[in-house]
Amino acid sequence: MAEKVNNKSVFFNPFSKNNPVIVQVLGICSVLAVTAKLEPAIVMGISVIAVLAFSNVIISLIRNTIPTNIRIIVQLVVVAGLVVIVDQLLKAYTYDVSKQLSVFIGLIITNCILMGRLEAFAMANKPWPSFLDGIGNGIGYTIILVIVGFFRELLGSGTLLGYQVVPQWCYEHGYVNNGLMILPPMALIVVACIIWVHRLCNKDLQED
Amino acid sequence: MLRKYLDKIKPNFEPGGKYQSLRSVFDGFETFLYTPRSTSQSGVHVHDSIDSKRVMIIVVAALMPCLLFGMYNTGYQNFIGSGITDLNFWHIMLYGFLAILPKIIVTYAVGLGIEFIVAQWRGEEIQEGFLVTGILVPLICPIETPVWMLAVATAFSVIFVKEVFGGTGFNIFNVALVTRAVLFFGYPAQMSGDRAFIASSPICGLGGTVEYSDAFTGATPLNQIANGADAATDAAGHILSTWDAFLGLYPGSFGETSTLCVLLGAALLLITGIASWKIMASVFAGGLFMGWIAYTFQSPIYPGSAILPIDQLVYGGFAFAAVFMATDPVTAARTGIGKYIYGFLVGVIAIIIRVYNNGYPEGAMLAVLLMNALAPLIDYCVVQANISQRMKRLRA
Repeated sequence: MAEKVNNKSVFFNPFSKNNPVIVQVLGICSVLAVTAKLEPAIVMGISVIAVLAFSNVIISLIRNTIPTNIRIIVQLVVVAGLVVIVDQLLKAYTYDVSKQLSVFIGLIITNCILMGRLEAFAMANKPWPSFLDGIGNGIGYTIILVIVGFFRELLGSGTLLGYQVVPQWCYEHGYVNNGLMILPPMALIVVACIIWVHRLCNKDLQED
Repeated sequence: MLRKYLDKIKPNFEPGGKYQSLRSVFDGFETFLYTPRSTSQSGVHVHDSIDSKRVMIIVVAALMPCLLFGMYNTGYQNFIGSGITDLNFWHIMLYGFLAILPKIIVTYAVGLGIEFIVAQWRGEEIQEGFLVTGILVPLICPIETPVWMLAVATAFSVIFVKEVFGGTGFNIFNVALVTRAVLFFGYPAQMSGDRAFIASSPICGLGGTVEYSDAFTGATPLNQIANGADAATDAAGHILSTWDAFLGLYPGSFGETSTLCVLLGAALLLITGIASWKIMASVFAGGLFMGWIAYTFQSPIYPGSAILPIDQLVYGGFAFAAVFMATDPVTAARTGIGKYIYGFLVGVIAIIIRVYNNGYPEGAMLAVLLMNALAPLIDYCVVQANISQRMKRLRA
């Protein structure tokens, strides 16, 4: 990526045209794991935004001094350090959510989006574009997480952020929450639906 | 007369006509009612005089014994459960008919509705695969399944299992079974337990309100045994002999309880050559084999292992799955040897799930779905083995 990067497109592309989840299909595992409810999905999204942005900046700052042979290890160390900080912060301020997210915060280290962005962008670009790229991709990831979490919590538990949304009246007349939405397979199917709708709106992304 | 009427309105549906956007709907009805007149334009490739619509009709006909018996069984269970002593045959049948009718109508309306819309959208002919699915779905669900749940599950599986893969003939999984799986995992409380399998309220003044008590249980035989009963009983507490279970007057999903009626349907399918006898026979063989292993090594941790192998075949949905589900030509294995392997494994896995997984007293559904996924692999291995064998012969 020697050519001049356009900061605006770096920031906005990952929202839709180059979304890390539904176009690059990265980070699917955490979409499965943390989206049964909306709240953990949002917290997870924010955590990934933070870790991604700062690791991008750090790697970008030291990109010229990292020996190519051991660059993955250096990247891992940086990401792991940031993840531990985020994990401690969550434990300190939102203990319940942190318990729900359990290992998945730790597993941000191995989230494909992080390594992907570090390798593909931060290693070759200046800190400011890298920072924007990190924020952009983090938000793109969070958007998908929130959409999936929204539908899964609404249909699977009848609540949003813990508040009951489906009126009691419906339950009294035989409505039942769909237990399948709580199970991981439905996260994949919801993601598939998002991809479906997204490709319908963006003809240029359609493959043969 | 109908022909004349169709011919009269046909120009409206030709390209350029008034209702050209509804062409596929018209086409679907026309070919459903009459053999199409158009003949192939290029060389003729005669396989058989039978087309897939007529195949479907025969399968539906083969399901009729199960449907009729299901009606009788539904009515019968309700009548004895609510303490009605006057067991008039026609009242029982009418009750069962009224109980199942809304489910059949809703399943067909939802499924065919989606098929029509998709066909219209893609500009293709309407595919007829749903004719069979629409009758299978009500047959394999508990009678107390709420109608809206059926609608949701049917819509889900028609869209995600069939239409996204390209419609009838391209689906990986059996659509009817996925509908049931969606219901089972989505609404477990309504789909299992001992309250789901008996119609519990009066319909149009027929039948009565069922009162569950120690003397009247709605649990299926497999459920009772999984919960530690010594022997399976029917709803009123009489112990079921193998012959009783074969006849099928016990609580269960609507159309699957009677092995006798399933076998009547199987006979029709085999005589007309529509279903593969290789698959059917090997499913039963696999079930017997695994049932025998489980019976030989029975243990009190797994109450299901105490069921006689022959009883494994007549309880629950095993026979129904063997005859109507495993033989679905789209999702089953297609090579000759592959069919034997596929069927045998369906039988074995069904009994394994039944016996060794106390959470699911019925395993036939999951077994068929699992083997649907593996069928292409089986075919691939069979074909490769054949190729390498021939290569060896060539070299020798």
